[in-house]
Amino acid sequence: MLNLYDYIFYFFAIVILGSSFVVVFSRNIVHSAFALLFTFFGVAGFYVLLSADFLAITQLLVYVGGILVLLLFGVMLTNNIVNVEIKSGTMQTLPASLIAALIAGLLCGIFYVSNWYLVPTTPELLNNTTAVAIGYAFITTWILPFEVASVVLLVAMIGAVIIARREKAPEVE
Amino acid sequence: MIPLNYYLLFAAFLFSVGVVGVLIRRNAIIVFMCIELMLNSVNLTFIAFSAFMGNAIGQMFVFFVMTVAAAEAAVGLAIIIALFRNKKTINIDQINLLKW
Amino acid sequence: MNLILEPIVKILIVLFINLTLVSYLVLIERKVSAYIQNRIGPNRVGPWGLLQSVADVVKLFFKEDIVPKDANKFIHSLAPVISVVVAFSTFAVIPFGNKITLYGNEYNLVIADVNVGVLVILALTSLGVYGITLSGWSSNNKYSLLGGLRSSAQMISYELSMGISLIGILLMTQSMRLTQIVAEQGGYIFGFIPNWNIFLQPIGFIIFLVSTFAETNRLPFDLPEAEEELVGGYHTEYSGMKFGLFFLAEYASMITASAFIVTLFLGGWQAPFIEYFNFSPFVISLLQLSAFAIKVLFVLLFFILIRWTIPRFRYDQLMNIGWKVMLPLSLLNLIVTAFLILINIL
Repeated sequence: MLNLYDYIFYFFAIVILGSSFVVVFSRNIVHSAFALLFTFFGVAGFYVLLSADFLAITQLLVYVGGILVLLLFGVMLTNNIVNVEIKSGTMQTLPASLIAALIAGLLCGIFYVSNWYLVPTTPELLNNTTAVAIGYAFITTWILPFEVASVVLLVAMIGAVIIARREKAPEVE
Repeated sequence: MIPLNYYLLFAAFLFSVGVVGVLIRRNAIIVFMCIELMLNSVNLTFIAFSAFMGNAIGQMFVFFVMTVAAAEAAVGLAIIIALFRNKKTINIDQINLLKW
Repeated sequence: MNLILEPIVKILIVLFINLTLVSYLVLIERKVSAYIQNRIGPNRVGPWGLLQSVADVVKLFFKEDIVPKDANKFIHSLAPVISVVVAFSTFAVIPFGNKITLYGNEYNLVIADVNVGVLVILALTSLGVYGITLSGWSSNNKYSLLGGLRSSAQMISYELSMGISLIGILLMTQSMRLTQIVAEQGGYIFGFIPNWNIFLQPIGFIIFLVSTFAETNRLPFDLPEAEEELVGGYHTEYSGMKFGLFFLAEYASMITASAFIVTLFLGGWQAPFIEYFNFSPFVISLLQLSAFAIKVLFVLLFFILIRWTIPRFRYDQLMNIGWKVMLPLSLLNLIVTAFLILINIL
């Protein structure tokens, strides 16, 4: 018996699968980027189904509002803008699909065989946000990884600025 | 009710789609997008476990993955743009200076 | 059944009111600009030009829809839709009134009372970039592309200070639920000033206001469509109803942004000093609704007045203000707020 929760699950599953295939196989980069938008949305939907509301919104903020915009920037800056039709080919299709099938089989096998330690609760849409629990965990037990993550971000930002900056031409006397 | 295994198998499938993309595409930016796909599937696994185990530790790991993904996107795109400026291409099979 | 029917009815009502407000906002904007520039403004269609917007929409519907030859047709048509959807959907989490009792049933006057409402709005506004960037790219036109790139850079820069300026409020309210943020703004400071966040977070309010101007691409920050440099910016190549959709999205996002400002800083639906009179609960609900409407209209009028008063910033000035003034200021505001909460003053 399917209830609303299941329908939503299958809806998001179809959205994610369809758009991820477009991301991988579309010949037009902007179509790929656009499909990636829907993939991120679908994954955020899964997070909501798994009662991780705060992370669902963070997913939207970080991936959709940040990373994907950066990727679009990258597409626009690295292609010949005069031509809208941006093509890009594929290579080594057969060995790649073999390896991917191998990985998929391995993962599915492991997931199927393993006996996970599970608490007999069913995830449901919570009325309270998970932000409080995450926040407390971050500034108590996990304070060191949290700080390290902020340092990682800072270093990445400085590095990105230095790499992408155009070198100034030496001034001619 | 959707059991844990559905989420896990779905994440595994999404991961493999990402792997295919990384292996077959020539454009560096699309390879990038496929890496994001793989990271997303890993995040999905973390959150599925966290929800079915009833604690928030898994969600914190997702936070760190997101941090790394954001850092990676910034640095990676900077590298891609620098490459494009020097070689006028971002096809990864033409960026083979270290091959010989 | 009620679970599904109630939100749909609310959505339809809110959508209808928003659409009507958009059409009259355009008229108000034209009238105000006319008075500022010592003109009369639209006055031919209907009394005082009240039907001007209707005429405009009819005109837009009958215009030819021109798509540039080398444009990416699919994305070119999709971009205005993204803009409109983002602009309207943000309103879903904004509480526009307290509970109201109709025929013995109690209704919450908010479409979706999400427990991370503040973040939902931030996430949705960050989606607004896509409509503009994709339209700029897909038009195959250098002005459009420049407009699109400018807008993404601008919106990303100002999102940051916008988000940080909000954290002060979140610290004081200890909730990201918008209904709770509004509920906390009841009561009075020193017994006579309404307990609105604008009085508790003045710096945060100013940063948020400026960032909102940048996020909605309104003058003085309307660089994505700066007419003098970029022809029309990202919508240069749009015509007919697709242009109309961009127009709609711009004004709709203005309304949503004003509603967000009112909710966060101006007390939402809280009508001060209402409890000193003996109104029935139903009248109080109506008064609170109209208080919300009046505040939103006031902020909208402020938006319009600013547009016709202040000249546009240069692009480097825009970036300088965003990164070197707004961001440090919002961080400072956050630190001071946190300190004041730590020593139990706020």
